[in-house]
Amino acid sequence: MAAAERPAIDPADAFVMEAPALADWLIVMPLVIGFIFAALCLMTRKDTRRQPAIAITGLVLILLCVVGLFVHVLVNGTVVMAMGRWLPPFGIAFVADMLGATLALISGIVGLATGIYALREADNTERRYGFYPFLLMMLSGVICAFLTGDIFNLYVWFEVLLLGSFGLLILGSRRDQLDGATKYAFLNLVATTLFLIAVAYVYGLFGTLNMADIARKAAVMDEVGPRLTIAALFFFAFAMKAAAFPLNFWLPASYHTPRLAVGAIFAGLLTKVGVYALLRILLTIFPADRDDLAVAIAVVAAASMLLGAIGALAQTDMRRVLGYLVISGIGIMLAGLALGSATGLSGTAFYTAHSMVVMTALYLLVGIVGAAAGTFDLHRAGGLYATAPWLAVVALVLAFSVSGLPPFSGLWPKIFLVKASIDVGAWWLAAAILVSGFLTTIAIVRLFAFAFWRPAHPDMRSLSLAEVPVARLGLPVLAGLCGLTVIAGLYPEPFIQVSDRIAFELMNPAGYIDAVYAPMPAAAEGAVQ
Amino acid sequence: MRTLIFRATAPYLTALMLLYSIFVLLRGHNEPGGGFIGGLIAASALAIYGIACGVSPVRRAIRYHPMAISGFGLFLGAIAGMFSLFAGVPYMTGLWIYPTVFGVELKLSTTLIFDIGVYLVVLGAITSIALALEEKERD
Repeated sequence: MAAAERPAIDPADAFVMEAPALADWLIVMPLVIGFIFAALCLMTRKDTRRQPAIAITGLVLILLCVVGLFVHVLVNGTVVMAMGRWLPPFGIAFVADMLGATLALISGIVGLATGIYALREADNTERRYGFYPFLLMMLSGVICAFLTGDIFNLYVWFEVLLLGSFGLLILGSRRDQLDGATKYAFLNLVATTLFLIAVAYVYGLFGTLNMADIARKAAVMDEVGPRLTIAALFFFAFAMKAAAFPLNFWLPASYHTPRLAVGAIFAGLLTKVGVYALLRILLTIFPADRDDLAVAIAVVAAASMLLGAIGALAQTDMRRVLGYLVISGIGIMLAGLALGSATGLSGTAFYTAHSMVVMTALYLLVGIVGAAAGTFDLHRAGGLYATAPWLAVVALVLAFSVSGLPPFSGLWPKIFLVKASIDVGAWWLAAAILVSGFLTTIAIVRLFAFAFWRPAHPDMRSLSLAEVPVARLGLPVLAGLCGLTVIAGLYPEPFIQVSDRIAFELMNPAGYIDAVYAPMPAAAEGAVQ
Repeated sequence: MRTLIFRATAPYLTALMLLYSIFVLLRGHNEPGGGFIGGLIAASALAIYGIACGVSPVRRAIRYHPMAISGFGLFLGAIAGMFSLFAGVPYMTGLWIYPTVFGVELKLSTTLIFDIGVYLVVLGAITSIALALEEKERD
């Protein structure tokens, strides 16, 4: 873009001229650390004893980085770094606003929790076949998807996390795993292709892939048709990835087949990346089109939450019960997106964070329950209250939390969402949220009653926790995750402040755009002086 | 494929292709070439050697498991961008030095480190697949 009459090219036209603050580096560190430690694990693949230590070090470092990034964003506002020094829209920008930083933080927590749990669960064969490299790659893919400010780069991170998840899903190569993985891979590839087509349309229409740049150009565009088409395509693609009704069937077909640690991180992270992408695209980039799609989103949300909960009632495999609860949760998150008000979005942000922690914990819990009861079948499990009373306490906390009962973290976001629905007169959406909460309560309490209260089945012998290898590390991890949901339930004030700020930022995309494009004049001035 | 002519020429062909792949890797920054295509050429060199002489000589010749080579490439790619931290520029900014060795100016950069990483990732991944397929054929 340098003018032809100028003798020398002014680098300030194309480059970021100021040195980035040291704290801004936190935005790329999850990527760097994730890849470096995945590479180290890959190089020490055969060394199954040392590999877990390397992987856990990596996961701890990633967690420290995302904690640092969260604090940095909380104090200083949105953080931007343009890769390779090229100014946006040409350089790929990483942008961490409150939503991205919060979800990255929770991903770091979930990643470490499942990594520690898997120390006792993943056997040596799975370690040799790359459990930890896949885990680290998938986690960095998820965190980078939350942090990238470029829509094509978002596609790349989706690919990274999908490849990692394919690998994790088929570790063990059992028949049902391959069956589940085929459905999972096929549906996700269809969704990814639609996503890519939508990206191509975006590039054709706006000539840019930088999210802030698209948002800038979309806001002043008069033609509604093409823009609405693109927004609808994105909605379809990401709703599929988030497993919203009616494109939800791949999730319960595949999530129960891998190890429970893998199921836990899938349930905690993957569908939420779809929800995040919906929030980012329909609120930051195409807010006007979200208003047009609002009714469709609301119907999808209500159907997902109700059918997810009803599906959970019908299952007899504990892992499949949880699969359907994930879908129900997605519906509740989409409700806030459909409402689009500050209260609704705050509820969605809070609920997403809550769901990531609680769904992960529930999968890990079922891992221990299944190992102790010797089966995942609800008809045969039983008697765990006698052999593992503390596990029963944890299970009850998580059951209440996932149903949205007080005093745990599921309560507050649901109150927000119900209030926001009633505010706009969408009584049926409010009713759907309440009924789905009620059905979820029945589904999860049924699991609790069968596995814990009922006496053990005559041919089954439930083990005490000391005899279950996954429980030794699993229980502390579960206690930590439960602690989070209890704290967020009893003292929600700071959590609500953060989610209110997320809602504010989502409703005012100008802040996001300014964060990406403000550095340009400042850099140019610096070069002149 | 164990014909005498093929077995006799394969080692020379492999050596030549490996050399050429490094040439393609190094010229890559401003001319056609680079880590990806260089890695593909190197992987096909090893695949040819495997077809001609069997898989175990290839595994012995490259010493490390192909996946470990890939892992090292990934490692190089990830740290190549970190040099920017010390230069006070954003991640992945290309940094250049021009040392003169024996009267020839060399253009060395962090981009080259990244490209070598790509070369090793591609080499390791494709070789790993190719050797696995060639092993199956012998069953």
